[in-house]
Amino acid sequence: MAEKVLMKGNEALAEAAIMAGCRHYFGYPITPQTEIAAYMAKRMPVIGGTFLQAESEVAAINMIYGAAAAGKRAMTSSSSPGIALKSEGISYLAGSDLPALIINVQRGGPGLGGIQPSQSDYFQSTKSAGHGDFKLIVLAPASVQEMVDLTFKGFDLADKYRMPAMLLSDGTMGQMMEPVSLEMGEVKEYDKSSWAACGTKCEREHNVVNSLFIQPEELERYNFERYERYAQIEANEVMYDEYRMEDAEICIVAYGVAARVSQNAIDKAREAGIKVGMIRPITLWPFPKAVLNAAADKVKAFISVELSMGQMIEDVELAIRCKKPVLLCNRVGGMIPTTEDVLGSINKANSLGGDK
Amino acid sequence: MTHEILLAGFGGQGILFSGKFLAYDGLLEEKEVSWLPSYGPEMRGGTCNCSIILSDTKIGSPIVSNPNVLVAMNLPSLDKFEASAVPGAKIFVDSSLIDRKVERDDVEVYYIPATKLASDENLPGLANMIMIGHVIAKADVMPYENVEKTMKKLVPAKKANLIELNIKAVELGYNY
Repeated sequence: MAEKVLMKGNEALAEAAIMAGCRHYFGYPITPQTEIAAYMAKRMPVIGGTFLQAESEVAAINMIYGAAAAGKRAMTSSSSPGIALKSEGISYLAGSDLPALIINVQRGGPGLGGIQPSQSDYFQSTKSAGHGDFKLIVLAPASVQEMVDLTFKGFDLADKYRMPAMLLSDGTMGQMMEPVSLEMGEVKEYDKSSWAACGTKCEREHNVVNSLFIQPEELERYNFERYERYAQIEANEVMYDEYRMEDAEICIVAYGVAARVSQNAIDKAREAGIKVGMIRPITLWPFPKAVLNAAADKVKAFISVELSMGQMIEDVELAIRCKKPVLLCNRVGGMIPTTEDVLGSINKANSLGGDK
Repeated sequence: MTHEILLAGFGGQGILFSGKFLAYDGLLEEKEVSWLPSYGPEMRGGTCNCSIILSDTKIGSPIVSNPNVLVAMNLPSLDKFEASAVPGAKIFVDSSLIDRKVERDDVEVYYIPATKLASDENLPGLANMIMIGHVIAKADVMPYENVEKTMKKLVPAKKANLIELNIKAVELGYNY
């Protein structure tokens, strides 16, 4: 086990990206993710990489498109309103089957919103990160260690399936420090020679990276093919964590900082004899539908704890086919639910009748 | 054993640094550790606070809402956080900057004129570490013999003069 160091989530994430082989970072400053750009600005020149502060978010995401098209691991980071600006470029990445890692350290919205933690970009990330039919792999870290591990994982999955991946974090995860191990094993190399536009040396046909297909039959075929890949991802790449679920009668569903707060509430409720546990999605897409649906046959109620007006709750209800009630425990605008807020919802869920 | 520590004061008093000092010691002691700074409007408005949790078990929320150790280095911080401390909490007050007493009677209070001591002893800007020294003496958050080792871990060797001054400040608070 490597020696642990204390690092801020944002800085640990940036170092993990470098260790994963990312040598191209393009970004534009915005709180609460600016430490990522600052870290890259310091490190990239030293290791022969590229750090570039673009003139805008739109420019940054299109630089990512260029680096990814050339077959290089590329990353950009921003926070909520900045991600909205990048959405056109994200759709082009998906439409051109290009791997890249996009970091969203979420802050409160809508509009310019605030600078405090939020999870109100759940819909944006998992349903509609841009125009057209496409998905992002969406990874949700709940600790500084996961900021590292999921950055590594995100690059790998993006390359494996030739598509953009997103790390959906929040201001708390970005700003907090925890002990973290930066040992991450081998970087798996993927053969990109069949598609990357990185110079033919006049020895082969050109590779063309493109998202424009004017013939509808052709465009339809690409869409169908892409969704076959998405089906593989849904079958093979779901990640979640369970906490005290073994005999649970109430199941909390929460990710990121909301899961951390929920853990405290679960421990307190257990002391009072209430059997409550948590299923924490680590991949928000693909969403851990099967495990939730199975849990629905055992528990009497679910609680979706989120820093939004109720976004993930829709996926929870769909996953469990509305078999059991799902309560919402939420704070928004940069506020974070307290342990007491979650305990209140647990008590409410516990008072519900209903068969088990 | 879990310590939920809240350090609060003005921006520029070294609140975040003194929190890092405790967090680094937790790291060296192989405890579970979290350190979370305020980065919101309050920081930009001049006040600043920092949540540190040191624990033998896995840490849930990194946000300290009910500290068992509260360090207040200005009046707005004491006003804001006094009520949130758990019963039996230890509250440390920089009495050179806060002229009121803690009103609660279910907590242990330690008054130390840290800012004045820093100025008298020619330790400019180190009232934060004087406070931390006093916390170490009274609240069992870290072993005193770790002070030098932890400081050397936290402060780069090229700033050796700062290591010495910081240690001196911790000693001063510890022995107050």
